[in-house]
Amino acid sequence: MKRKINIKFAVVYLVLTLYSLYTMYPIILMIITSFKANLEIMQNPVGLPREPIVAGFVTLFQKENFGLFFANSLFVSLVSSIILLVVSILLAYVISRYKTKISDFLYFFFLAGMMIPLRLGLLSLNDLLYKLGLIDSLWGLIFIYVAQNIPFTMFILTGFIQMIPVSMEETAYIDGANTWQVLWKVIVPLIKPAVATTVVYNFVPIWNDVFYPLIFISTKERRTLMQTVTLFFGQYLTNWNLVFSALTVACVPVIIVYIFCSRYLIEGMMAGAIKG
Amino acid sequence: MKRSKWLYAGFVLPALVLYSVFMLYPLISSLGLSLFSWNGYGPKTYVGFENFAKLFGNVNYSARFFGALKNNVIFFVETIILQNATALLLAALVNIRRIRGTKLFRSLYYLPCTLSIIVVGYIWTLIYNPLWGSLNYSMDLLGLGAYKLAWLGNEKTALLAIAIANAWQYTGTPFVMFLAGMNAVPGELYEAAEIDGASVTRQFFRITLPLIMPVMFIISVIVFVGNFSAFEIVYAMTGSTGAPGYSTDILGTFFYRTCFGSRLGMPPDMGVGAAIATCMFAIIGIAVAAWFKMSKRESDL
Repeated sequence: MKRKINIKFAVVYLVLTLYSLYTMYPIILMIITSFKANLEIMQNPVGLPREPIVAGFVTLFQKENFGLFFANSLFVSLVSSIILLVVSILLAYVISRYKTKISDFLYFFFLAGMMIPLRLGLLSLNDLLYKLGLIDSLWGLIFIYVAQNIPFTMFILTGFIQMIPVSMEETAYIDGANTWQVLWKVIVPLIKPAVATTVVYNFVPIWNDVFYPLIFISTKERRTLMQTVTLFFGQYLTNWNLVFSALTVACVPVIIVYIFCSRYLIEGMMAGAIKG
Repeated sequence: MKRSKWLYAGFVLPALVLYSVFMLYPLISSLGLSLFSWNGYGPKTYVGFENFAKLFGNVNYSARFFGALKNNVIFFVETIILQNATALLLAALVNIRRIRGTKLFRSLYYLPCTLSIIVVGYIWTLIYNPLWGSLNYSMDLLGLGAYKLAWLGNEKTALLAIAIANAWQYTGTPFVMFLAGMNAVPGELYEAAEIDGASVTRQFFRITLPLIMPVMFIISVIVFVGNFSAFEIVYAMTGSTGAPGYSTDILGTFFYRTCFGSRLGMPPDMGVGAAIATCMFAIIGIAVAAWFKMSKRESDL
C-alpha cells in the first residue's frame, strides 16, 4: 500500500518537474544564446556556450546606446507606477469610505474600463495625443498607462481599504490628524502588501509594453527599451547573438523584480481571483 | 462635514480626469470615427456607413476580415484548450495534500506571465527555426527527423505554433486562479467524501471541478478579450502581414495593417481601420457583457 502511494507521488513530482523545465527552458535558452557567437548558435543550438562571449552586450551599450533606452523605459515605468499609485489610493479611499450613491456609481464607472482594452480606441488616442502635443513624447505614454491601469489598481486597493476598521482612523482624528495625514500615515502603512502588489502589477506590463511606443514614439532618442528590441529584431534579423543579448537585457529587470516579489504578486492575484 | 465633501471631490478628481480623457474618451469617440473618412491627421469628412460598406463589400477587405475573424476564433479555441487543460492538471497536482514545494512550482509556472509578449515571441521564433531551432534539433535526436517542419513557415502549423507559444506564456494565470478557487473549497467536503470512500480522482470530478467552474468562466472571458485584441505575439513571430498566406492574420494584425501598413499595394485607410476597431469592440463587448451578467447572477445566488 505504502509503496503504491510512493509511486503515485513520484509520478506527480515527475509531471510537476517536467513542466517546470518546460517553463524554464525558453528563458534559459534566451540567456545562453546571448552568450553564444552567431556561428555557435547555428552549430550548437541547444547546449551551453562552449566559448561564452559578451560581445553582444558590449555592442548594445557602447554602440547602440542601450543605456539611454534603458533609462527611458525606467522613467516611463516608474513615473507611471507612482502616479497610478497616488491617484488610485486617493480614489479608492473615497470609494471605500464615503458611502453614497455617488461613490457606488464611481466604483462601477471605473470598473467598466477594466475589461475593455484601450488599444481599440487607438485611432482616437492618436488624434488626442496629436492635439495635446503629446505624440512622440514619453509623457504621452505615461498618461496612457496611468489611464488604462486605474481601474484594476482602484479595484485591488478598494478591496483592501474596506477591510480596515473605521475605528483605527477615528483614533487618529481624535489625536488631531487631518484626512490627508490619516490616509498616508494610517491607511497606507496598513495596506502595504496591496500597495506592493499593485506597483509590481503596474510596473511590469508597462516596462514590457511595445504596442504604444511602436505607434506613438518615432524619435530615436525617446524610444523605450522593448521598442528598441523590437525594431532590432527586424534590423539585425541574422545577428541572433545581438538580438538575444538585447532580449536578455530587456528581461533582466523584470526577472529581478519577480524574484523578490513573486510572493506578493501571486498571493495578490489569488486574493483578487476569489473576490472577482 | 461640508469641507470634507470638497476634499473628497479633490481626491477623486485626478483619477477621474486621467481616466476620462485618456481612456473613456478615446474608446467612445473611436466608435464615431468609423463614420468618417480621413488620412490620419488631416480634416475628417462624414461618410456615414461607407467605411463599413467598404469593409464588408470590397472583397480586398471583406475576405481579409472574415479570414482574420476565423483565425482569431481558431487561435482562441487552441489557446483556451491548451491553457485551461494544462493549468487545471497542474493546479490539481500541486493542490494534492502532502505535496511539497508548492510555492516554488507556483513561482516557476507564473514566471513567463511577467515577460514581455514580444520577447516570448522572439524566443519561440528561435525555437521553431527550421535550421537551428531546438525543436527540430530535438526531433532529430529523438529519431523524428522525418516529421521536421518549418513550423512558422507552414500554413497548416503556423497559427498553432503561435498559440503554443502564447499558451506557454499565460498558463500561469489560470493556474494561479484555479489554485485560488481550489483553496476556497471547504475542506469538510473532501473529508466527507473520504469517509464515503470516494477516490481522489472522483473527489476531483465531483467536488473540485464543479466548484471552480465560475473561475473557468472568468478565465475564458479574460483569454477571449486578450486574444481578440492580440497583436504583439503574431507581430513578433510572423509579422503584421499574417504570413504565411494570411494563415496567422488575426483581427489585431489586420487592424494594424489597415491603419499603419502600406504594404500589399493597399494604401492605409484610417476610416476602414476605425470600422474594424468598432467590430472588435462589438465582439469583445458581447463577451464582457456576458461576464458581467454571469458574475451578477453568481453574487445573487
